[in-house]
Amino acid sequence: MIKAIVNVSLKAGVLDSQGKAVHHALDSLHFSGVNDVRVGKQIILKLDTDDKTKAMKDVTQMCEDLLANTVIEDYEIELV
Amino acid sequence: MKVTILQFPGTNCEYDTQHAFEKLGAQTQIVWHKDDSLPSDTDLLVVAGGFSYGDYLRSGAIAKFSPVMKAVTEYANNGGKVLGICNGFQVLTEAGLLPGALKRNDGLHFISKHHTLQVVNNDNIFLEKLNNGDIINIPIAHHDGNYFINEDGLKELETNNQILLKYTDANGDVKNPNGSVESIAGVCNKAKNVFGLMPHPERAMESILGSDDGVKMLQGFLKA
Repeated sequence: MIKAIVNVSLKAGVLDSQGKAVHHALDSLHFSGVNDVRVGKQIILKLDTDDKTKAMKDVTQMCEDLLANTVIEDYEIELV
Repeated sequence: MKVTILQFPGTNCEYDTQHAFEKLGAQTQIVWHKDDSLPSDTDLLVVAGGFSYGDYLRSGAIAKFSPVMKAVTEYANNGGKVLGICNGFQVLTEAGLLPGALKRNDGLHFISKHHTLQVVNNDNIFLEKLNNGDIINIPIAHHDGNYFINEDGLKELETNNQILLKYTDANGDVKNPNGSVESIAGVCNKAKNVFGLMPHPERAMESILGSDDGVKMLQGFLKA
C-alpha cells in the first residue's frame, strides 16, 4: 500500500487572503520575522498498489481532474 | 419557453428561480442531478444557487461530476443557453464551461446584501434588455465570489466583450465587495450562450422586496 500526500495551495501570484489574515494575526501576537504565510490544504490518500510509477500517474490525474483547480491552485504529490 | 433548473444535493435557490421564471410566464422543470439527460424541449438551462455538496473541497468541484453534467456540457457545446447563478457560476467554471475561477472573498466573510452593479456588455441575450452603463441593484450572497482569471484570460474577456457585469457604487464607480479581478460580477463564454454571475437576479423580482431589477435580466431569455 502506498500513501500519497497531496498538498494543494494557491498559485504564486494569486492573492491568498487566508494566508494574509494569518500573517496579520501572527504579527499581532508579536511573532516577528515571518516574511510570508500561505494557507493550503492537505489531502491524504491510501492507495491499493505498491507501484510508485502507477501511483504517481493516478494521483496526478486525480489532481488535474478534481483535487486541485489548476486555474488558481498548484499541487505537490509525495508518496510514502 | 421552457426553463430547466438543476438541483444538486445542497442547491437551495431552485424554487426561487422557478418562481422568478414562472412569474415572467415561462414553464419550468426542476431536474435532479442524477438524471443523465435534460428534457429535450429545454430552451434555457439554469444552474441554480446554493451549496452543492456542501461546497466540500471547493465550491462546485464535486457537482461537476454529477451524472447530469455530461448532458449539460453537451447541451452547452451545441449552443444551448445556460445560466449559472452564484453556486451555479462556480459549477460552470469548475466544469470548464466558463473561464476563470471563484476564490474565497478577500475579506474572508460571507457577504449577503444588496449591491449595485454596472452593465458592461449588453450585446448578448442575457442583458439585451438593459443598456451598457446601466446601474442595477441585485442581492449578493456568497463566500466564494472572488473572481480570478489570469492576465491573458482577462485580455481575452475584454476583447470578446465577455465581461457582463461589474460591482460598482450607485454612480458607477468601482466598489469591489469581494476582491474580484477588475471587480467582475459576471461573465459569459466566447460563444455567448453560457452565462455566469454571482449576484442573484431571481431575488430581485419585486420592488416591494427591495428591487425588481432582476426582471429585465431574466426577460432577456424569454423571447425564445
